Amino acid sequence: MEYQWNWGVFLLPSAVNDGTYLDWMIAGLQTTLLLSLSAWVIALLLGAVVGVLRTVPHRGLSGVATAYVEMFRNIPLLVQLFFWYFVLPELLPAAAGDAFKALNPIAQQFVAAMVCLGFFTSARVAEQVRSGINALPRGQKNAGLALGLTLPQTYRHVMLPMAFRLVVPPLTSEFLNVFKNSAVCSTIGLLELAAQGRQLVDYTAQPYESFVAVTVAYLMINVVVMLLMRKVEVLVRVPGYLGGK
Amino acid sequence: MFGSYEFDWSSIPVSLGFLGQGLMVSLEITALAIVAGIVWGTLLAMARLSSIKPLAWAAAAYVNLFRAIPLVMVLLWFFLIVPKFLESFLGLPPGSDVRLASAMIGFALFESAYYAEIIRAGIQSVPKGQLAAAHALGMSYPQAMLHVVLPQAFRNMVPLLLTQAIILFQDTSLVYVSALADFFGAAYKVGDRDGRLVELVLFAGAVYFVLCFAASQAVRHYQKRLQTA
Repeated sequence: MEYQWNWGVFLLPSAVNDGTYLDWMIAGLQTTLLLSLSAWVIALLLGAVVGVLRTVPHRGLSGVATAYVEMFRNIPLLVQLFFWYFVLPELLPAAAGDAFKALNPIAQQFVAAMVCLGFFTSARVAEQVRSGINALPRGQKNAGLALGLTLPQTYRHVMLPMAFRLVVPPLTSEFLNVFKNSAVCSTIGLLELAAQGRQLVDYTAQPYESFVAVTVAYLMINVVVMLLMRKVEVLVRVPGYLGGK
Repeated sequence: MFGSYEFDWSSIPVSLGFLGQGLMVSLEITALAIVAGIVWGTLLAMARLSSIKPLAWAAAAYVNLFRAIPLVMVLLWFFLIVPKFLESFLGLPPGSDVRLASAMIGFALFESAYYAEIIRAGIQSVPKGQLAAAHALGMSYPQAMLHVVLPQAFRNMVPLLLTQAIILFQDTSLVYVSALADFFGAAYKVGDRDGRLVELVLFAGAVYFVLCFAASQAVRHYQKRLQTA
């Protein structure tokens, strides 16, 4: 039996009459982008804090930060996702758990996926921030302290402005990973790009077209993010450092 | 701090056999994918560094393609699409189920793209003079690679290869999308059957954590020893 290619399938009205199959794909792409970008914001904020804490000369604080990183790095993303989606709402105090379950199912999936991806990625961001801070010449911290700045002031005005700029190039691959990892969230029923592709296979009997379209969409996200980050890298690079002017 | 949830861990002890089988499946997939990934990854890395341009381009395209696509997509391709293609292309008898084998191959092909990058960096870390010296001794290119360059490259790469193996072990949980009964799939099944998903997900997370944390500490220890040696 010869396979009948039909790229026009995307323009057909969908089986449940809510637009075309192309609209499904676009909706999936939007969910993937929104999910990944909001998770990335969480990851940058948490990752910056945890990464800084890992470098401070205080056993308790750096211990907590280390435990945080090890925890999120040594449990598979899928297990973490099921934790946020199925387990945590049961364990929260009744009021909070009920508030979560009162959300509509799509919002529940999205919130769980966003928080999960955000925390998962933050541990990786924290490691990059830590190595950025550790890559600074030791004299910078000492000079700050010698000038009479307190340790927090030294971090705020001397070390972090440099470290955050050094950390941008290695963060590119983590940024790319957020988009790829977001595909895991299809397992809890979130209708992002991969899930829409799978749904189209069931509805249209045109599996090749649907999967090729989804794959190309991921490749395009990849290319756009890389071009964008290249621009950002040029903006923030530090003269005198490798890759600098 | 917890809500009114009442834990009941009793499903776990009675299911240990089933969960253990799942863990064995996960470890088998891990071992297979590591071996296939290193062999295929080495060939890809050598192709990428080859002076034959089309070969280098093809290898680069392969590696970049697989590294740009989510693993979930790759597994779905090899679980849903490739078997259909094989059936019509090879004219397999109806009823032959190649889906699991296909998903396994997809997993190995995906992971080998990541191994290829590690191995390429490892090969490039060997000083050029080593290859020149091997040639000067009369070795052919394959001999020089096999006996001189690769052994040194692999020794430099061991910590990275092991770290990648830990990531790969975590990645195996995603074969969940292909209905293969790995450790997480088994834990999910038990939790779903007994209405004890909370306990089983926590248990699975704890097992993964203990295994991966212990392995990564061992790698770190080994790395320190390498540096001081």
